[in-house]
Amino acid sequence: MDNILNLFNILSQGLFTTILIFILTLLFAIPLGIVVAIAQNSKNKILNAIIKIYILIIRGTPMMLQIIFVYFAPYYLFKLSYDRFLAVIIAFVINYAAYFSQIFRSGILSIPKGQKEAAFTLGFSKTQTFFKIILPQVIKRILPSMSNEVISLVKTTSLAQIIGVTEVFALAQKQASFQFSILPLCIAALIYLALCTIITFVFNKLEKKFSYYTIT
Amino acid sequence: MNEILKVENLVKKYNDSYAVKNVSFTVNKGEVLVIIGASGSGKSTILRCINQLEKIDGGNVTINEDSMIKEMKNGKVIYNTKDILNKMNLECGMVFQNFNLFPHLSVLQNVTEAMVHVLKLDYKEAENKALKILENMGLKGKERKYPCNLSGGEQQRASIARTLAIAPQIIFMDEPTSALDPELVGEVLKVVKKLASQNRTMVIVTHEIQFAKEIADRVIFMCDGKIIEEGIPKDVIDNPKKKRTKEFLKRYSN
Repeated sequence: MDNILNLFNILSQGLFTTILIFILTLLFAIPLGIVVAIAQNSKNKILNAIIKIYILIIRGTPMMLQIIFVYFAPYYLFKLSYDRFLAVIIAFVINYAAYFSQIFRSGILSIPKGQKEAAFTLGFSKTQTFFKIILPQVIKRILPSMSNEVISLVKTTSLAQIIGVTEVFALAQKQASFQFSILPLCIAALIYLALCTIITFVFNKLEKKFSYYTIT
Repeated sequence: MNEILKVENLVKKYNDSYAVKNVSFTVNKGEVLVIIGASGSGKSTILRCINQLEKIDGGNVTINEDSMIKEMKNGKVIYNTKDILNKMNLECGMVFQNFNLFPHLSVLQNVTEAMVHVLKLDYKEAENKALKILENMGLKGKERKYPCNLSGGEQQRASIARTLAIAPQIIFMDEPTSALDPELVGEVLKVVKKLASQNRTMVIVTHEIQFAKEIADRVIFMCDGKIIEEGIPKDVIDNPKKKRTKEFLKRYSN
């Protein structure tokens, strides 16, 4: 029992990093994802091509490789080294913005054309139409897929250790080999499970909050 | 005559086929013009062009002396300035076949939204006006409901209320009863008649021939993107002269 508490204690030192990666990624990747989604819906062909290549690369290569690339590429190219944690955040934001943008885009495309047309005939500007009419409906529509992606983010934070950023999973592995026991990994599993349970709960609440209307 | 809308030689093409071919007509203040015709004859396209939902390929639309098109250049139309187009847009109200109410807003918010954010009225004033309009549309007691909780007829009346909110000088209705169950058509036609009796200027596309006869000051019959026959309902509907009009009315009269 003492060992379990002790393990919780040790692993919780990495919990702050795990949660910080999680929060900072959401904070930057969501707005960036919206921008990418809007840009992809625009008629600018060059912009469209750039975004298509970006999505292709991010979705088509392992995230582990992306994290290593973001951290080491500046070093190999310009002998430039920088903060590991910052590299993790940059890699996560670039990666998750790509996935989020596709969810937002499908959400925006799923809103019937008539909504935009009605807003236009009432004199709403394009910006007003997006923020007052389209976006609120998009949020409702994409909640289930967002919940999926956000839950996956919690678990993906464990990849940060690949460039030496110490988070929950890295500490658990270290303890496992140190104690020659599977217990630290079980404790880490419990921590991730707890985090995901909280997220599921929050998304359920959100879905309830938006259930006062249905989109026909 | 107090002419409010003038459509001249309107042309709309999809790829290389004409949806509307050189259509011209005018609407006077307080007049109700009903456009009838088979599906695909270009009726809705005309309304969509006037409401700037479709770009036109030729001709012009004038509302209160503001022209939609500034000039023709190399066979292409050059639209007027944004300010004038916005002004024209606000002078037109559009009621859609599928209502297109904003589902995330209550009935009341659907009506106040444009008053607050487009006309910049303060919220209290907008709400008072909206409540009056909704009462006029027979929606008293439904203000706090959401569109998904209303019947089709109520939704269409709410969407008419929303259009009235921007106080348009002409109201366009694109088959306002076509998406409704038969037993709900009556209540919508009733409020449209009410608007007509209040001397509103309206252009209505409909398949309800009997209704057209009752409400219209003038009827246009369209076929293949062109106006075939135009006149008072007594002439066009009861005594059509053209063969195509006769055939069409025969199919729709029962």
